[in-house]
Amino acid sequence: MKKSHIFIIVIIGAAIAIIVTTAGDASTYTSFGEAYTMAAAGNTKEIHVVGQLPKDSQGHVVGIEEGADRVSFSFLMMDDNGKEQKVEYNQPMPPDFTRSEKVVVIGSYNGETFKASKILLKCPSKYQETKINA
Amino acid sequence: MHYLIGNLGHIFVITSFVAALVTVFNYFKATTTNDLEKKSGWLLNGKTAFYVHAIAVLGICVTLFTIIANHYFEYHYAYSHSDRKLPSYYLISTFWNGQEGSFLLWMFWHAILGVIIINTNKFWEAPVMVVFTLVQAFLASMILGVVIPGLDFKIGSSPFILLRDVMHDAPIFLAQPEFIPKDGTGLNALLQNYWMVIHPPTLFLGFALTVVPFSYCMAGLWLKKYSDWVRPALPWALFGGAVLGLGILMGGYWAYETLNFGGYWNWDPVENAVFVPWLILVAAIHTMITYKNSETALKASVILVTAVFILILYSTFLTRSGILGEASVHSFTDLGLLRQLLVYLLFFVLAAIALAAIRWKHIPSSEKEASTYSREFWIFIGATTLCLMGFQVIAATSIPAINTFMGFVGLESKLAPPTDAPAFYSKFQIWFAIAVGLLSAIGQFFWWQKIDRKVLLNQLFIPFVAALLSTLIIVNISKVFNIPYALLMFAGLFSVFANAKILIGLLKSSPGLSGGAIAHIGIGMMLIGVMFSSGYSKIVSLNNTGLQISKDFSKEFNRDNLLLFVNETRTMWGYDIEYLGERLEPREHSGYIRSSDVKLTDDKDKVIAKHDLSVNDHAYKAKDTISIHGENTYYEIQLRQGDKKYTLYPRAQINQEMGGLLPSPDIYRTVSADLYTHVTSIMNPEEESDWSKLEEFKTKIGQEFFANDYVSTLVSVDRIFEIEGVTLGETDVAVKAKVRVQGEHGEYFAEPVFLIRDKMVGRIPDEIRDLGLRITLLNIHPETSEFSIGLNTRQKDWVVIKAVEKPLINVLWIGTLVVMAGFGIAMTRRVREFKKMKEKGLE
Repeated sequence: MKKSHIFIIVIIGAAIAIIVTTAGDASTYTSFGEAYTMAAAGNTKEIHVVGQLPKDSQGHVVGIEEGADRVSFSFLMMDDNGKEQKVEYNQPMPPDFTRSEKVVVIGSYNGETFKASKILLKCPSKYQETKINA
Repeated sequence: MHYLIGNLGHIFVITSFVAALVTVFNYFKATTTNDLEKKSGWLLNGKTAFYVHAIAVLGICVTLFTIIANHYFEYHYAYSHSDRKLPSYYLISTFWNGQEGSFLLWMFWHAILGVIIINTNKFWEAPVMVVFTLVQAFLASMILGVVIPGLDFKIGSSPFILLRDVMHDAPIFLAQPEFIPKDGTGLNALLQNYWMVIHPPTLFLGFALTVVPFSYCMAGLWLKKYSDWVRPALPWALFGGAVLGLGILMGGYWAYETLNFGGYWNWDPVENAVFVPWLILVAAIHTMITYKNSETALKASVILVTAVFILILYSTFLTRSGILGEASVHSFTDLGLLRQLLVYLLFFVLAAIALAAIRWKHIPSSEKEASTYSREFWIFIGATTLCLMGFQVIAATSIPAINTFMGFVGLESKLAPPTDAPAFYSKFQIWFAIAVGLLSAIGQFFWWQKIDRKVLLNQLFIPFVAALLSTLIIVNISKVFNIPYALLMFAGLFSVFANAKILIGLLKSSPGLSGGAIAHIGIGMMLIGVMFSSGYSKIVSLNNTGLQISKDFSKEFNRDNLLLFVNETRTMWGYDIEYLGERLEPREHSGYIRSSDVKLTDDKDKVIAKHDLSVNDHAYKAKDTISIHGENTYYEIQLRQGDKKYTLYPRAQINQEMGGLLPSPDIYRTVSADLYTHVTSIMNPEEESDWSKLEEFKTKIGQEFFANDYVSTLVSVDRIFEIEGVTLGETDVAVKAKVRVQGEHGEYFAEPVFLIRDKMVGRIPDEIRDLGLRITLLNIHPETSEFSIGLNTRQKDWVVIKAVEKPLINVLWIGTLVVMAGFGIAMTRRVREFKKMKEKGLE
């Protein structure tokens, strides 16, 4: 066997190892229900949950509470299965939070509340923006 | 409405696109024709078409900038990215704030590079420009904004679109089609930073430069000049490596200074998407240099140079198609270009692969096995390490894209990007970084000498021992016993020492060749800087009072943050630290205004001076209006140690709509470490203060009294004839007292008002915020010339800060500059080489 063949095999091996470990270390998208079961079973790995902010009939987001220290807040979120859940976030509300059409929270259950360590927003494309201040 | 300028812009856009296609066609003909006379005709046509294209691109830029600079808010681009208050240098960053503008910036650099290629390289002009302009034509299509009739498919997104065409459903436009907003929505405050003026142009120049080696490579395969393309492509690759690297680091430096991530690198998809092509570009440079010297690694060079450009397209696709939408904090908003970007990407992937596949058999490669002691072998290992390093990053970054594609073929993938990106990537990347450090130390020795085992060990002995000893000493002093950290430090030091040894040798004989050694010293320094500033960083704002800041905060927060009351000294990091109060930022000049010296108005960007004051030699009279950046509040914090004094101004943007507090750090830089400070909690500006019971006493003008333990004087009491917001009648009387309070740091003035209006008594107290003091003029006793003064006090103003020590971060920045210098020297050498060969008629 030539040295270059060994070399190629080593590279391919390394690449496969990278893919496998990356996939193993990556998080997963799930629902609140599943995340709750996971946490109850002792799995503390952080997961992604996709959902929306519940709105009242006027289209205002409901359920947002500012934390006592003003640098944290909590809110209600409805996942894609329709389950509503209180989410706590240890940081200030991200810009455009209430305008987002979709929210992704990353974190895990701590008892009955979901502790988010990160929030990602999918904001409406600016081409759908209809509000304009005259 | 200014229709003309937008129409003009649109014509330029279409011209640039058409001219690019014409250029491609003519240069293609010039390349494939053998008839010399016809060939020169096609060449001339191609050249002319490209110049037309370049002028059109310039025209688009000028038009768009005119729209922004003149505040034509009927245009969507100006409306959504700028406002009237922006100073002119930030109007420049407005230009590339939007996605269309950043495509335009990229095209602008292409236009300039194209002109340079046309004028420097006659032999390669035609084939290179075919590939190059084809890339440019695709780019131009991104800003076309043309809807194909009947198909309802829009090509590109035009920067010249009118606001009313974007928001056609907005009620205001239905009622008044000619409506023009008075002001735009402005530029994100985080982007109002000088780095944002120079970082994007640098980065996009880097992007543009990667196309040049790719074009040469494709042209080489096309013309079956399998090896000749390397020489002219190499200086461009080096230039690209330097510029792209610099652009990435500028972005990192901006994040370090402005964002509150606490670092310069956050492994965000947008950062990763640029970092990976740079890694592969560096790998490509190595194989190209190897090839130039020993005829091996040609196939590897072809693959890598192509991969760099494809990765640039891929990263453009990732960050601009909206596919990362849920995964990245700061990718562009979706413009509906996903399909178009995908076509762009796939076209070049398939074309490049097809061309390479057809020619693959003919590409010369060395049949000889590379010996373990040859430089080719080690360069190859180095390039492979860089590629695997990039592969790990791009594999994880691509997860959202993979999910989407799985969705296309009907598979559901639940894989999500890693939750803690820095920890996830660092875990892998640290080992690659260690390998890179070690290889850059060893590789250089193989480069300069035909070496066998004995010579190598001889040569490496001193740098090895020096690095090992230094590492042991540092680990024992710092007491951070972490094996990967220690290894990384060793690798960095080893690279610095080994390359320094080579550099010393080279400087004696041939300093022009020292680029490689210098760049590798820089890499070693960067590794050391990264390791120290991240691995050895520690929180220094430890709460040493023994008291909780608040029971509402978490345990960690109470431990790691420091509560500072105004004018009360604490100790931190061996310094006395004191909070001096809130400051505002004037718009027109530098400096800071004490909040206590001004009155707020309804316009958040305007305040009124309470009395004469001077800010950085700009004098204001009482009642002068001062323009400020209303969204920014600064907190003046002084550090003192012996005679040394340093003032920090960490910033917070308080914006209820945006969810309270958005802090930006301020950094105290010393030679050995940076002190990275930001506010973590501030007083609620809306909340009513808890005032003490009113304390009442009588005083005379000129008499001293104590207010909250501050020496104070009633300076004057004058009748006034108008009060803001109150019209005084003929029988009304109003007087204003002026009270001077001597604070710890300078004087303050309070001006309470006493008035009798419609026979009713009214009192308007005045507050000195920095001192937590409210003064009221309660009564006037003309019979004894005395005045009754009322005092309320409250808890002093406070701020909670967090400060982190980042040791040796300067080594990282200096290392970066050293790498750039290395690239520069190497490039100069290759350009000279190219010119010399050109004079011999070998381009």
